[in-house]
Amino acid sequence: MEWFNAFIVVFASGMRLAVPLILACFAGLWSERSGIVDIGLEGKILVGAFASAAAATFTGSVWLGLLAGIAAAVVFSLIHGYASIDQRANQIVSGTAINMVADGLTALIGNAIWSQGGRTPQLPAEAQFGVINWPFANEIGAVPIIGPIYQHLISGHDIVTYFAFLLVPLTYWALYSTRFGLRLRAVGENPAAVDTAGISVRGLRYGAVVICGVLVGLAGVYLVLSQEAYFQPHMSAGRGFIALAALVFAKWRPWPALATCLLFGFLDALAIRLQGVELPIIGPVPVQAIEALPYILTVVLLAGFIGKAIPPRASGIPYVKER
Amino acid sequence: MSAPLKPLPAWADVALIPLVNVAAAFVISGFVVLAIGENPLEAVQSLILGALGDLEGIGYTLFYATSFIFTGLSVAVCFHAGLFNIGTEGQAYIAGLGAALVALHFGFLPGYTLAIAAIIGAALFGAAFAAIPGYLQAYRDSHIVITTIMFNYIASAIMGYLLVNVLRKPGQMNAETTPFRDTALVPQFHEVLAHFGIIWPVTPFNLSFLLALICCLAVWLLIWRTRLGYEIRTVGANPTAAIYGGISPARVTVITTLLSGALAGGVAANIILGDQHRLILEFVGGFGFVGIAVALMGRAHPVGIILAAILFGVLYQGGQALSIDMPKISRDMIVVIQGLVVLFAGALEHMFRRPVATLLARRTTQPPI
Repeated sequence: MEWFNAFIVVFASGMRLAVPLILACFAGLWSERSGIVDIGLEGKILVGAFASAAAATFTGSVWLGLLAGIAAAVVFSLIHGYASIDQRANQIVSGTAINMVADGLTALIGNAIWSQGGRTPQLPAEAQFGVINWPFANEIGAVPIIGPIYQHLISGHDIVTYFAFLLVPLTYWALYSTRFGLRLRAVGENPAAVDTAGISVRGLRYGAVVICGVLVGLAGVYLVLSQEAYFQPHMSAGRGFIALAALVFAKWRPWPALATCLLFGFLDALAIRLQGVELPIIGPVPVQAIEALPYILTVVLLAGFIGKAIPPRASGIPYVKER
Repeated sequence: MSAPLKPLPAWADVALIPLVNVAAAFVISGFVVLAIGENPLEAVQSLILGALGDLEGIGYTLFYATSFIFTGLSVAVCFHAGLFNIGTEGQAYIAGLGAALVALHFGFLPGYTLAIAAIIGAALFGAAFAAIPGYLQAYRDSHIVITTIMFNYIASAIMGYLLVNVLRKPGQMNAETTPFRDTALVPQFHEVLAHFGIIWPVTPFNLSFLLALICCLAVWLLIWRTRLGYEIRTVGANPTAAIYGGISPARVTVITTLLSGALAGGVAANIILGDQHRLILEFVGGFGFVGIAVALMGRAHPVGIILAAILFGVLYQGGQALSIDMPKISRDMIVVIQGLVVLFAGALEHMFRRPVATLLARRTTQPPI
């Protein structure tokens, strides 16, 4: 039973680490399914995190923090959208620019306001998202097997986490069962066909970019208002790129995306847990190997050794309306 | 929607538009400084004084510029083949491993051949690390942008593991190798000039700068004066046409990424062999990404790259002085400027084309038809 409980604890920790990945990955999914490649997720997580930390610090309100984080990420998303859709820019260049500006600006402003090397002050508990405990979590927790699952995996998370997991069926339904979703996927595959049907390619893509901004902003909000309770420069620590890797690994599909994010989150939790642990035969666990695993797995997949990852056909290609 | 763009005169295309784009980036940077509550003009003054005010500042500026020339060339060579190499950062990092392994284990080489061998080691390791994404792009259809992003993190993990567990000097707390022997080092300019009786302040500015200039010339010759360069530019402009012309885009892709990785290795020569004299963690420090800004700003041309690299050298060195004069403007400001340059000179490069074209059209009197 001991090992089972330990497993549940690691899994629950992996689940929490997976939440920002899920949010950022689904942000990328919405954007790329509409044909806008977004490697600026990393930067937008930072922007969302910083704005939510700043707003929550000034107002003391967790909800205003949430709104500010989302709004800031949407603004950056729209810059990328404007460059990609109206200016027909190279979307990789635009995303790179977003990452740089976000990385520099958040650290710069944070340092200018609080003079703590870019760190924002610790938020009080009322300016953070609290944990929601489900009924009888502690009582049921004593029951073997089902108990720990209920207590640690189902109960005891904050509202952003529940939203992240709700997002998966929601996205699946919206993408595959609504008119908007069908059109959005079509615009990512063959925008000319969508245009011929009299539907605005530009409108659909801007819609996708805004959804992307909301979700990726939420990933930043989660880091600050649910996890750390402060902002620190570069705190996204590559999560935007891991999310991108997860998106490729999941071949741009919602349910596999969830599974991949959980896997990557679990690997992260395992790496933390195994820090300094000596295993028989292997010796000390090379933590770097576990940390690099998501990237290596994605490259192996991209190389076509385990299935083939084919992106939406029109992704990254600006749509030029024929005159 | 709107009328098609009129072609601009050549001088406007080559000089005016890039200048307008870069100016836009700096104007917005000025507003950022203003928003923080400092005077942008004073900030520029402090920055330029710190970077070019004395010989020491100039030495550091050129030391940074050397790294940026290498990363800029690395990114630019790929641009010409239509490839976007975000992996310069990781390639330069792994190149440091090549330089260190040669410097530490090839001590039997006589005199400065050791330093030359170490530079070659850096170039080979950089090229080898770039080869994998290049091969995957060319033959397995996996997008080089995604793979190079992944490879930056893989490089970081490999180097972290090796420096902490394998290469660390015994009994040393910091994750770094033992210092290299003197013959493995790239001489610094103040040492060289001392031989001629010229006194130059002690700075890390070293002979790698000359190597960088040679690489610029070599890249220019390669891209515009050789058959391979022609093939690279053809693949970049139109891969389908390249196939009809008997050029193999896959082969060109692999060769270009190899060259790009080797050029990234110059960063290791400059920082590891020229300044640190031992392998340390994270010595690249984002310079690979600066290379993207440098290549875009320099329009992938060696002359433009040298100018852009010196500008970024000024920003990096001057930014240091600025952060002391105005503590509110930390060195993160440089990353903001760098990002804005990429945004305006890269992503939004055509934004000012129409206004500039209308302005020029109004100025020049139209001949009656």
